[in-house]
Amino acid sequence: MSTGKKGDSRSGLYFLVFVVAIYLVLFLLKPEKTLPALRASGNMLVRILPIFVLVVFFMGIMNYLLTPKTISRYVGQGSGIKGWLLATSTGILSHGPIYAWYPLLRDLRVQGMRSGLAAAFLYNRSIKIPLLPMMVYYFGIKFALVLLLFMMIASLAEGKLIELFERGPKALG
Amino acid sequence: MPESRKSPINKTEKRPRSILLSFIKVLRSFSTAVPMLCGVILLMGLFQIFVTKEMIASVFTGQMFRDTLIGTLIGSVSAGHPISSYVIGGELLIRGVDLFAVTAFIVAWVTVGVVQYPAEASFLGRRFATLRNLFSFFLAILVSMATVTILMVIR
Repeated sequence: MSTGKKGDSRSGLYFLVFVVAIYLVLFLLKPEKTLPALRASGNMLVRILPIFVLVVFFMGIMNYLLTPKTISRYVGQGSGIKGWLLATSTGILSHGPIYAWYPLLRDLRVQGMRSGLAAAFLYNRSIKIPLLPMMVYYFGIKFALVLLLFMMIASLAEGKLIELFERGPKALG
Repeated sequence: MPESRKSPINKTEKRPRSILLSFIKVLRSFSTAVPMLCGVILLMGLFQIFVTKEMIASVFTGQMFRDTLIGTLIGSVSAGHPISSYVIGGELLIRGVDLFAVTAFIVAWVTVGVVQYPAEASFLGRRFATLRNLFSFFLAILVSMATVTILMVIR
Protein backbone atom coordinates (compact mmCIF):
# COMPACT_ATOMS: atom_id res chain seq x y z
CA MET A 1 0.00 0.00 0.00
CA SER A 2 1.15 3.47 -0.75
CA THR A 3 2.12 5.62 2.11
CA GLY A 4 1.49 9.09 0.89
CA LYS A 5 0.40 11.31 -1.94
CA LYS A 6 3.50 10.52 -4.00
CA GLY A 7 3.17 6.80 -3.38
CA ASP A 8 -0.54 6.97 -4.06
CA SER A 9 -0.13 8.58 -7.47
CA ARG A 10 2.86 6.33 -8.24
CA SER A 11 0.88 3.13 -7.63
CA GLY A 12 -1.87 4.59 -9.81
CA LEU A 13 0.67 5.30 -12.54
CA TYR A 14 2.09 1.77 -12.32
CA PHE A 15 -1.44 0.38 -12.64
CA LEU A 16 -2.15 2.61 -15.67
CA VAL A 17 1.12 1.58 -17.33
CA PHE A 18 0.23 -2.07 -16.68
CA VAL A 19 -3.20 -1.66 -18.32
CA VAL A 20 -1.69 0.23 -21.29
CA ALA A 21 0.80 -2.64 -21.68
CA ILE A 22 -2.14 -5.10 -21.81
CA TYR A 23 -3.70 -2.93 -24.54
CA LEU A 24 -0.45 -2.94 -26.54
CA VAL A 25 -0.13 -6.73 -26.34
CA LEU A 26 -3.80 -7.20 -27.28
CA PHE A 27 -3.45 -4.69 -30.12
CA LEU A 28 -0.68 -6.83 -31.61
CA LEU A 29 -2.77 -10.00 -31.22
CA LYS A 30 -6.32 -8.73 -31.89
CA PRO A 31 -6.37 -5.18 -33.23
CA GLU A 32 -9.97 -5.56 -34.48
CA LYS A 33 -11.16 -5.93 -30.85
CA THR A 34 -8.67 -3.72 -29.05
CA LEU A 35 -9.59 -0.50 -30.86
CA PRO A 36 -13.33 -0.89 -30.05
CA ALA A 37 -12.33 -1.54 -26.41
CA LEU A 38 -10.37 1.72 -26.42
CA ARG A 39 -13.37 3.47 -27.98
CA ALA A 40 -15.70 1.95 -25.34
CA SER A 41 -13.39 3.26 -22.60
CA GLY A 42 -13.38 6.72 -24.20
CA ASN A 43 -17.18 6.76 -24.32
CA MET A 44 -17.30 5.62 -20.69
CA LEU A 45 -14.92 8.42 -19.67
CA VAL A 46 -17.05 11.04 -21.46
CA ARG A 47 -20.20 9.69 -19.75
CA ILE A 48 -18.73 9.80 -16.24
CA LEU A 49 -16.89 13.15 -16.50
CA PRO A 50 -19.92 15.04 -15.10
CA ILE A 51 -19.92 12.64 -12.12
CA PHE A 52 -16.26 13.44 -11.45
CA VAL A 53 -17.09 17.16 -11.57
CA LEU A 54 -19.94 16.53 -9.10
CA VAL A 55 -17.66 14.55 -6.76
CA VAL A 56 -14.96 17.26 -6.82
CA PHE A 57 -17.66 19.85 -6.14
CA PHE A 58 -18.95 17.86 -3.12
CA MET A 59 -15.41 17.35 -1.85
CA GLY A 60 -14.61 21.06 -2.15
CA ILE A 61 -17.76 22.14 -0.35
CA MET A 62 -17.35 19.51 2.36
CA ASN A 63 -13.70 20.39 2.85
CA TYR A 64 -14.69 24.02 3.31
CA LEU A 65 -17.79 23.56 5.48
CA LEU A 66 -17.27 20.41 7.51
CA THR A 67 -14.92 19.85 10.40
CA PRO A 68 -13.97 16.40 11.72
CA LYS A 69 -16.28 17.16 14.65
CA THR A 70 -19.30 17.59 12.33
CA ILE A 71 -18.39 14.48 10.34
CA SER A 72 -17.99 12.53 13.55
CA ARG A 73 -21.48 13.61 14.64
CA TYR A 74 -23.14 12.39 11.43
CA VAL A 75 -21.04 9.42 10.29
CA GLY A 76 -18.47 8.96 13.06
CA GLN A 77 -18.28 6.53 15.97
CA GLY A 78 -21.16 8.09 17.89
CA SER A 79 -23.48 8.58 14.91
CA GLY A 80 -25.66 5.55 15.75
CA ILE A 81 -28.77 4.79 13.71
CA LYS A 82 -28.62 8.27 12.15
CA GLY A 83 -25.30 7.34 10.53
CA TRP A 84 -26.66 4.07 9.10
CA LEU A 85 -29.72 5.84 7.69
CA LEU A 86 -27.53 8.53 6.15
CA ALA A 87 -25.11 6.01 4.59
CA THR A 88 -27.98 3.89 3.24
CA SER A 89 -29.99 6.77 1.77
CA THR A 90 -27.03 8.64 0.25
CA GLY A 91 -25.76 5.34 -1.19
CA ILE A 92 -29.10 4.71 -2.90
CA LEU A 93 -29.39 8.30 -4.17
CA SER A 94 -25.78 8.68 -5.41
CA HIS A 95 -25.10 8.37 -9.13
CA GLY A 96 -22.28 7.25 -11.39
CA PRO A 97 -19.71 4.47 -11.15
CA ILE A 98 -18.61 3.24 -7.75
CA TYR A 99 -14.94 4.23 -8.25
CA ALA A 100 -15.89 7.89 -8.76
CA TRP A 101 -16.83 8.01 -5.07
CA TYR A 102 -13.60 6.49 -3.68
CA PRO A 103 -11.74 9.84 -3.30
CA LEU A 104 -14.67 11.39 -1.40
CA LEU A 105 -14.98 8.36 0.89
CA ARG A 106 -11.22 8.38 1.49
CA ASP A 107 -11.41 11.98 2.72
CA LEU A 108 -14.46 11.26 4.89
CA ARG A 109 -12.76 8.23 6.44
CA VAL A 110 -9.63 10.27 7.16
CA GLN A 111 -11.87 12.69 9.03
CA GLY A 112 -13.48 9.95 11.11
CA MET A 113 -16.20 8.24 9.07
CA ARG A 114 -16.92 4.71 10.34
CA SER A 115 -15.71 1.92 8.02
CA GLY A 116 -19.04 0.15 8.34
CA LEU A 117 -20.87 3.20 7.07
CA ALA A 118 -18.48 3.50 4.11
CA ALA A 119 -19.18 -0.16 3.30
CA ALA A 120 -22.95 0.33 3.65
CA PHE A 121 -22.75 3.38 1.36
CA LEU A 122 -20.85 1.39 -1.29
CA TYR A 123 -23.24 -1.59 -1.05
CA ASN A 124 -26.32 0.62 -1.37
CA ARG A 125 -24.86 2.21 -4.49
CA SER A 126 -25.89 -1.04 -6.18
CA ILE A 127 -29.56 -0.15 -5.61
CA LYS A 128 -30.40 2.00 -8.61
CA ILE A 129 -33.86 3.55 -8.38
CA PRO A 130 -33.76 4.90 -11.98
CA LEU A 131 -33.02 1.37 -13.22
CA LEU A 132 -35.91 -0.18 -11.29
CA PRO A 133 -38.30 -0.19 -14.31
CA MET A 134 -35.64 -2.09 -16.29
CA MET A 135 -35.30 -4.70 -13.53
CA VAL A 136 -39.10 -5.01 -13.30
CA TYR A 137 -39.26 -5.50 -17.10
CA TYR A 138 -36.81 -8.41 -16.98
CA PHE A 139 -37.65 -10.04 -13.65
CA GLY A 140 -41.04 -8.74 -12.45
CA ILE A 141 -42.11 -6.33 -9.71
CA LYS A 142 -42.15 -8.94 -6.88
CA PHE A 143 -38.58 -10.01 -7.67
CA ALA A 144 -37.34 -6.41 -7.82
CA LEU A 145 -38.93 -5.39 -4.51
CA VAL A 146 -37.85 -8.52 -2.59
CA LEU A 147 -34.31 -8.28 -3.99
CA LEU A 148 -33.95 -4.60 -3.10
CA LEU A 149 -35.20 -5.25 0.43
CA PHE A 150 -32.64 -8.03 0.95
CA MET A 151 -29.88 -5.91 -0.57
CA MET A 152 -30.59 -3.15 1.94
CA ILE A 153 -30.46 -5.69 4.77
CA ALA A 154 -27.23 -7.11 3.31
CA SER A 155 -25.68 -3.61 3.20
CA LEU A 156 -26.21 -3.21 6.95
CA ALA A 157 -24.91 -6.73 7.61
CA GLU A 158 -21.79 -6.02 5.56
CA GLY A 159 -21.15 -2.74 7.38
CA LYS A 160 -21.50 -4.45 10.78
CA LEU A 161 -19.27 -7.37 9.71
CA ILE A 162 -16.52 -5.04 8.50
CA GLU A 163 -16.57 -3.13 11.77
CA LEU A 164 -16.48 -6.39 13.70
CA PHE A 165 -13.45 -7.61 11.72
CA GLU A 166 -11.67 -4.26 11.95
CA ARG A 167 -12.14 -4.14 15.71
CA GLY A 168 -11.12 -7.78 16.12
CA PRO A 169 -7.31 -7.46 16.26
CA LYS A 170 -7.58 -4.41 18.54
CA ALA A 171 -9.80 -6.29 20.94
CA LEU A 172 -7.33 -9.18 21.00
CA GLY A 173 -4.27 -6.94 21.21
CA MET B 1 -3.17 4.13 9.18
CA PRO B 2 -1.27 4.73 5.93
CA GLU B 3 -4.23 6.23 4.09
CA SER B 4 -4.55 8.90 6.74
CA ARG B 5 -1.46 10.49 5.24
CA LYS B 6 -2.83 10.59 1.73
CA SER B 7 -5.35 13.38 1.94
CA PRO B 8 -4.68 17.08 2.10
CA ILE B 9 -8.13 17.56 3.63
CA ASN B 10 -8.06 19.37 6.96
CA LYS B 11 -7.68 16.98 9.87
CA THR B 12 -7.89 19.63 12.53
CA GLU B 13 -10.88 21.65 13.56
CA LYS B 14 -9.73 24.50 11.29
CA ARG B 15 -11.43 25.05 7.96
CA PRO B 16 -9.56 26.26 4.83
CA ARG B 17 -9.37 30.06 4.78
CA SER B 18 -11.31 30.38 1.51
CA ILE B 19 -13.52 28.20 -0.64
CA LEU B 20 -11.07 28.70 -3.53
CA LEU B 21 -8.22 27.31 -1.41
CA SER B 22 -10.47 24.41 -0.48
CA PHE B 23 -11.13 23.58 -4.16
CA ILE B 24 -7.42 23.90 -5.04
CA LYS B 25 -6.59 21.39 -2.27
CA VAL B 26 -9.32 19.01 -3.44
CA LEU B 27 -8.28 19.26 -7.11
CA ARG B 28 -4.67 18.51 -6.10
CA SER B 29 -5.90 15.51 -4.11
CA PHE B 30 -8.16 14.33 -6.94
CA SER B 31 -5.39 14.65 -9.55
CA THR B 32 -3.45 11.91 -7.74
CA ALA B 33 -6.46 9.64 -8.33
CA VAL B 34 -6.62 10.24 -12.10
CA PRO B 35 -4.10 7.58 -13.30
CA MET B 36 -5.77 4.85 -11.19
CA LEU B 37 -9.26 5.82 -12.37
CA CYS B 38 -8.10 5.92 -16.01
CA GLY B 39 -6.62 2.42 -15.58
CA VAL B 40 -9.93 1.08 -14.24
CA ILE B 41 -11.90 2.69 -17.10
CA LEU B 42 -9.51 1.20 -19.69
CA LEU B 43 -9.87 -2.25 -18.07
CA MET B 44 -13.65 -1.98 -18.16
CA GLY B 45 -13.53 -1.15 -21.88
CA LEU B 46 -11.47 -4.30 -22.48
CA PHE B 47 -13.98 -6.38 -20.52
CA GLN B 48 -16.97 -4.99 -22.43
CA ILE B 49 -15.53 -5.94 -25.81
CA PHE B 50 -13.64 -9.15 -25.06
CA VAL B 51 -16.19 -10.90 -22.80
CA THR B 52 -19.39 -11.67 -24.72
CA LYS B 53 -22.85 -12.79 -23.52
CA GLU B 54 -22.27 -16.15 -25.20
CA MET B 55 -19.04 -16.68 -23.23
CA ILE B 56 -20.89 -15.97 -19.97
CA ALA B 57 -23.86 -18.24 -20.82
CA SER B 58 -21.59 -21.14 -21.81
CA VAL B 59 -20.13 -21.66 -18.31
CA PHE B 60 -23.41 -22.59 -16.56
CA THR B 61 -23.89 -26.32 -15.98
CA GLY B 62 -27.58 -26.80 -15.10
CA GLN B 63 -26.83 -27.73 -11.47
CA MET B 64 -28.44 -25.26 -9.08
CA PHE B 65 -25.77 -24.98 -6.36
CA ARG B 66 -22.83 -25.05 -8.73
CA ASP B 67 -24.51 -22.52 -11.02
CA THR B 68 -25.24 -20.16 -8.10
CA LEU B 69 -21.54 -20.21 -7.24
CA ILE B 70 -20.60 -19.77 -10.92
CA GLY B 71 -23.11 -16.90 -11.22
CA THR B 72 -21.54 -15.18 -8.22
CA LEU B 73 -18.01 -15.70 -9.59
CA ILE B 74 -18.89 -14.43 -13.07
CA GLY B 75 -20.79 -11.45 -11.62
CA SER B 76 -17.79 -10.64 -9.40
CA VAL B 77 -15.28 -10.46 -12.24
CA SER B 78 -17.70 -8.73 -14.59
CA ALA B 79 -17.72 -4.99 -15.03
CA GLY B 80 -20.02 -2.55 -16.71
CA HIS B 81 -23.37 -0.84 -16.39
CA PRO B 82 -25.92 -2.70 -14.21
CA ILE B 83 -28.35 -2.70 -17.18
CA SER B 84 -25.96 -5.10 -18.93
CA SER B 85 -26.32 -7.51 -16.00
CA TYR B 86 -30.15 -7.36 -16.29
CA VAL B 87 -29.98 -8.03 -20.04
CA ILE B 88 -27.55 -10.93 -19.63
CA GLY B 89 -29.52 -12.22 -16.62
CA GLY B 90 -32.75 -12.13 -18.65
CA GLU B 91 -31.11 -14.08 -21.47
CA LEU B 92 -29.68 -16.61 -19.01
CA LEU B 93 -33.20 -17.21 -17.64
CA ILE B 94 -34.52 -17.78 -21.17
CA ARG B 95 -31.72 -20.31 -21.72
CA GLY B 96 -32.89 -22.21 -18.63
CA VAL B 97 -30.32 -21.09 -16.07
CA ASP B 98 -31.74 -21.24 -12.53
CA LEU B 99 -33.12 -18.05 -10.92
CA PHE B 100 -30.79 -18.62 -7.90
CA ALA B 101 -27.78 -18.41 -10.22
CA VAL B 102 -29.11 -15.42 -12.19
CA THR B 103 -29.93 -13.50 -9.00
CA ALA B 104 -26.48 -14.21 -7.55
CA PHE B 105 -24.99 -13.09 -10.87
CA ILE B 106 -26.78 -9.71 -10.96
CA VAL B 107 -26.15 -9.02 -7.25
CA ALA B 108 -22.44 -9.87 -7.51
CA TRP B 109 -22.18 -7.76 -10.70
CA VAL B 110 -23.07 -4.60 -8.76
CA THR B 111 -21.65 -5.37 -5.30
CA VAL B 112 -18.32 -7.16 -5.94
CA GLY B 113 -15.69 -5.31 -7.95
CA VAL B 114 -12.66 -7.36 -8.96
CA VAL B 115 -11.82 -4.93 -11.79
CA GLN B 116 -12.17 -1.94 -9.46
CA TYR B 117 -10.28 -3.66 -6.60
CA PRO B 118 -6.89 -1.97 -7.26
CA ALA B 119 -8.53 1.46 -7.12
CA GLU B 120 -10.61 0.59 -4.05
CA ALA B 121 -7.57 -0.79 -2.22
CA SER B 122 -5.51 2.25 -3.13
CA PHE B 123 -8.10 4.74 -1.85
CA LEU B 124 -9.78 2.94 1.04
CA GLY B 125 -7.05 0.52 2.14
CA ARG B 126 -6.29 -3.04 1.10
CA ARG B 127 -7.83 -4.59 4.22
CA PHE B 128 -11.10 -2.70 3.81
CA ALA B 129 -11.34 -3.46 0.07
CA THR B 130 -10.55 -7.16 0.58
CA LEU B 131 -13.04 -7.60 3.43
CA ARG B 132 -15.75 -5.63 1.61
CA ASN B 133 -15.42 -7.66 -1.59
CA LEU B 134 -15.24 -10.99 0.26
CA PHE B 135 -18.35 -10.22 2.31
CA SER B 136 -20.15 -8.95 -0.80
CA PHE B 137 -19.32 -12.23 -2.55
CA PHE B 138 -20.86 -14.39 0.18
CA LEU B 139 -23.76 -11.98 0.70
CA ALA B 140 -24.58 -12.23 -3.03
CA ILE B 141 -25.18 -15.96 -2.52
CA LEU B 142 -27.25 -15.37 0.64
CA VAL B 143 -29.29 -12.55 -0.94
CA SER B 144 -29.98 -14.76 -3.95
CA MET B 145 -31.13 -17.65 -1.76
CA ALA B 146 -33.32 -15.43 0.45
CA THR B 147 -34.88 -13.62 -2.52
CA VAL B 148 -35.75 -16.70 -4.56
CA THR B 149 -36.98 -18.62 -1.49
CA ILE B 150 -39.30 -15.74 -0.50
CA LEU B 151 -40.58 -15.52 -4.08
CA MET B 152 -41.35 -19.26 -4.02
CA VAL B 153 -43.29 -18.82 -0.77
CA ILE B 154 -45.34 -15.76 -1.83
CA ARG B 155 -46.03 -17.00 -5.39
